[in-house]
Amino acid sequence: MTDLISFYEQLWQIRLFEGHVQRLAASGEVPGFPHLSTGQEAVAVGVCANLSDGDTLFSGHRAHGHTLAMGSDPYATFCEVIGRQDGQCQGRGGSMHLVDVSTGMLGATGVVAGNISLAAGAAWAAQVKNEMSGAGKIAVVFFGDGATGSGLFHETLNLAGLWKLPLLFVCENNGMAEFTGREEHSDVAKVSAFAAPYGIPAETIDGNDVLKVDAAAQAAIAAMRKGAGPYLLECMTYRMAGHYVGDAQHYRSKEEMAKMKEKDPIERLRLHLLGKGRTAEELDAIALKAKTAMTAAVERARKSPLPDPATVMDYVYSADFPGRQENAQWN
Amino acid sequence: MKITFAEGLAKAVYESLAADPRVVLIGSSFMGLNMTARKLMEPAVRDYSDRMLVTPVSELALAGAGIGAAMCGQRPVVDLGTGSFIYQAFAQVANEAANIHYMSGGQSSAPVTFYCLAGMRGMGAAQHSQRTQAMLGQVPGLQVLTPGGADDAYQLLKWCLLKSQNPTVFICHSLLFTETSEIAADEPMLPVGQARIRRQGTDLSIIASSITVPRAMAAAEILDKKHGVAAEVVDLRSIVPLDRETILKSVAKTGRVVIADECHKSFGVAAEIAATIAEEGFSYLTAPLIRVVVADVPIPFSQPLEEELTVSPDKIVAAALKVLGN
Repeated sequence: MTDLISFYEQLWQIRLFEGHVQRLAASGEVPGFPHLSTGQEAVAVGVCANLSDGDTLFSGHRAHGHTLAMGSDPYATFCEVIGRQDGQCQGRGGSMHLVDVSTGMLGATGVVAGNISLAAGAAWAAQVKNEMSGAGKIAVVFFGDGATGSGLFHETLNLAGLWKLPLLFVCENNGMAEFTGREEHSDVAKVSAFAAPYGIPAETIDGNDVLKVDAAAQAAIAAMRKGAGPYLLECMTYRMAGHYVGDAQHYRSKEEMAKMKEKDPIERLRLHLLGKGRTAEELDAIALKAKTAMTAAVERARKSPLPDPATVMDYVYSADFPGRQENAQWN
Repeated sequence: MKITFAEGLAKAVYESLAADPRVVLIGSSFMGLNMTARKLMEPAVRDYSDRMLVTPVSELALAGAGIGAAMCGQRPVVDLGTGSFIYQAFAQVANEAANIHYMSGGQSSAPVTFYCLAGMRGMGAAQHSQRTQAMLGQVPGLQVLTPGGADDAYQLLKWCLLKSQNPTVFICHSLLFTETSEIAADEPMLPVGQARIRRQGTDLSIIASSITVPRAMAAAEILDKKHGVAAEVVDLRSIVPLDRETILKSVAKTGRVVIADECHKSFGVAAEIAATIAEEGFSYLTAPLIRVVVADVPIPFSQPLEEELTVSPDKIVAAALKVLGN
């Protein structure tokens, strides 16, 4: 039961975080085009609950939820999204390039499918260490159904199957790639169908049921830690906000938008918990706690300093780049 | 001891595999199609086959896997084969590896080496003769190394595998395989980022890298014996970091420059060196500089056509004489 209460709080944290980002983007305070995971929170929360120290995670451009689910500080995450110095990446990455090495969140990427192969490398490194120490560590990569059009997705499936990498492929299939539906991108309706040709087991589940996500991830990861090899978990979900903030979603009907409210993962967990004997007051208190925390984080972030332009050249290379000091004048 | 360029590469690989268990070769065709040179890799295959991965034809994913493994503490070398195939991996090299340290605000590093055999190898035609060092030099966050002699083949590759903390493109040239150098067992390495003066001179500076190094040396010999001209040959060793200080020092000394490079003329390595000299060494020049480079043409298959484009010692000599006003 404790796990589910934690899930409920985490789902709300992500929902509220994304709500703030949406509001601030609409008023022009968030630079660029943040991509919101509103409605997809259960996939992040359910999968990440099964990761531990030493596991690594990679994501795509819609990574706020994964970042928070891995335990990143909401204040630092907000700062990064609005380009402030106190962001994990000191304002250099932004929404699509969140990185928090301290939690094992090794990176989001703005290039669709761009991180799938990096995750394979991380899984391979884990495999090498596992062989020596029996640690049973794994890597996870999140991507959308749009990414399955990329050659990189297929190349990496092949490598993962061939080398039996401890890599969990999690596809958040929200049925949309940018502004068009999946059926216009592929004749293969279910992403899980891509796995078998590469010798990889897979399943498709309801990604808006955090209990199902947790159970499926738990089973796949437990086997993986024992050397079972890669797994592809396709989570059917729904993108409640647009592709990016500012997307007016003219391509979706009112009926569609109403139906998605029924699928809301927070609503569904709430109903489940009420059925298990929790009270509405108790659940409301948890939601309020999340609301207070997120509001405090965003307000603090909005007041935090911008990066100093004089530092723009910092971090191009790691500290022991051998370029002579004199070369610095050329930039 | 005297070693060939190919021996230097094999020696660097073997010693690195022996020295650090994190070194791993992803793809292992290192010596390309040169059967003699491939034999040099046999000791490594015999002793470290578990760290020499056989790979499918998936340059993009393998480059990415190398990056991810490097971010997690391994020291991989991704063998991309013929230099042109780096294009298959370009997105991962230029848009992921190069950006990782910066985009993460310094949290992550990717000490991965992307190795390739690039350049005009003779009858490789357009798709197997690419030179990518200028394109990749344009990507902040990458190191681009271009050894022009056996000593640097050995030292620079070993440095990449054991010491480098940044993603590196290591560009070899198969026509350099038989070049020789003397190396001493305990000789300290010339630091990365410093160009190597292969030949001292006072009349003219020839700036060269990779395959144009031995050709510049041959040209310098002709200039000396036939024309009484003392040319200085500067071997860049690396495109990034580029040793602008040594280039300018040489130009200040001689006042005349020929830049010999195998990239295409437009937007190539020679263009950057010329711009550097124009910006910071203009007053040193006693004559306009000349670039001896490959014309903006896809490399043709037939030998006489390819030779027309090749950066040869004779072309370097002709350019030198022109700069000297003859």
